[in-house]
Amino acid sequence: MKKVISGNQSVSYAVLAAGAQVVAAYPITPQSSIVEMIANFCSSGQLRAKFINVESEHSAMAACISASVTGARAFTATSSQGLALMHELLHYASGLRLPIVMANVNRALGSPFNLKADLSDSLSQRDTGWIQFYCQSGQEVFDTILQAYRLSEQVLLPAMVNLEGFILSHTYEIVDVPEQKEIDRFLPPPAPRDCLDVENPCLFGGTTDFYINFRYKMHEEMQRTKVVCRECDADFQKVFGRSYGLIQPYRCEDADLILVTAGTLAGTCCVASDQYRERDLKVGVLRIRLFRPFPGEEICYALRNAKKVAVIDRDFSPGCGGIFAQEIKSVFQGKDPLPVYEFIAGLGGKDVTDEDIGKVIDQTLQTPEPGGVTWIGVLK
Amino acid sequence: MKKRYSVKCLEEMPITAISFLTSEGNETGEWRSQRPVLDLEKCNRCGLCWMYCPDNAIVPEMDSFQISYKYCKGCGICANECPKKAILLIKEKR
Repeated sequence: MKKVISGNQSVSYAVLAAGAQVVAAYPITPQSSIVEMIANFCSSGQLRAKFINVESEHSAMAACISASVTGARAFTATSSQGLALMHELLHYASGLRLPIVMANVNRALGSPFNLKADLSDSLSQRDTGWIQFYCQSGQEVFDTILQAYRLSEQVLLPAMVNLEGFILSHTYEIVDVPEQKEIDRFLPPPAPRDCLDVENPCLFGGTTDFYINFRYKMHEEMQRTKVVCRECDADFQKVFGRSYGLIQPYRCEDADLILVTAGTLAGTCCVASDQYRERDLKVGVLRIRLFRPFPGEEICYALRNAKKVAVIDRDFSPGCGGIFAQEIKSVFQGKDPLPVYEFIAGLGGKDVTDEDIGKVIDQTLQTPEPGGVTWIGVLK
Repeated sequence: MKKRYSVKCLEEMPITAISFLTSEGNETGEWRSQRPVLDLEKCNRCGLCWMYCPDNAIVPEMDSFQISYKYCKGCGICANECPKKAILLIKEKR
């Protein structure tokens, strides 16, 4: 059934559809309305889940880990400082190979205090062993939560679904919420897996010899996750007629310049691309949807016909530059490298218009060699 | 009932530490850089080493003591406490 709902409500409806069994969360803007709606589903009996009110995000993740260790389908949602507070336990969740799904509503980290969109919060959690998706629309948010549960339970790694604060979380769009029986065809109830043996509870740790082997197994599975993610997306297409891929190219085939970005910036880039195409300038857009595991080969293939690449980051690693830009540059290892022009824009929710993207395109086309990071929207 | 897994290759490794082993499976002897060696000729069976060992790595026998190299981290407290100087620390070779 088609509904007009916000990005956050898309998450809540998807969690209801997925039949989460344990939800633990702590409120934080702009995430709060996700778990408020889930709490309503629980109190009305629509969702037969245990809703746990906790005193912090650290505890929220601890509760999700404990639930997941017993085999339950767990969910939490957070943003920004809340995700940062979870950091320690994010490693535990992936190390224990628990298929927890979390929605992170991207929000800038303080200081200064800011509530608006910025991907630095989730990208700071890059190395925690979580699968990371970045969404562009309300429909994609709904669909990705379902895909995340199925993928996560297949590879036994936790998954984080990211949507930008306010731009996506609070924007109302038409979202097709399918019938439950269709959803059940795609996402069956959680399959039995190796869980904590309650008759003989024990947890092994502290050794030096085994640790590297556990990590190696995680590495192998992360590599396989790309394959499983593609299969999962193809099955999703069969049931619902929609698919997204690991990356989403737009008019890239014949493009001389490809703009690479993630999340909602990609939409603005597509508008700019169309405008430049009308002037016979071949500009394409590549949106990175899956960030961990990083689909390097797929990106390389999508960029193969381009002459220049411009990466636009709504995130920032002080002392280095845009985080996506660093990752994109790494995919050319051992291959003919393309010139990568780096741009930072929209930090802390600053609006990025099609004219701003125009500046990125003009500068990239006019500059013979890339040099340093260009910031869009900084005072002169 | 305690599970005993002996892992000989990567395939035999479980993917997580859940219900894998208790801490008994954690053979801390691999941390050791110095190995205590007990000279039973000098030992008067007072048991001070057994009492002081922080890791329960001194195992009382019928009429003697043995050092469990599976768990002994080589801290040297036993050698320090032994009134008969019957425990010598030597360099661990692997």
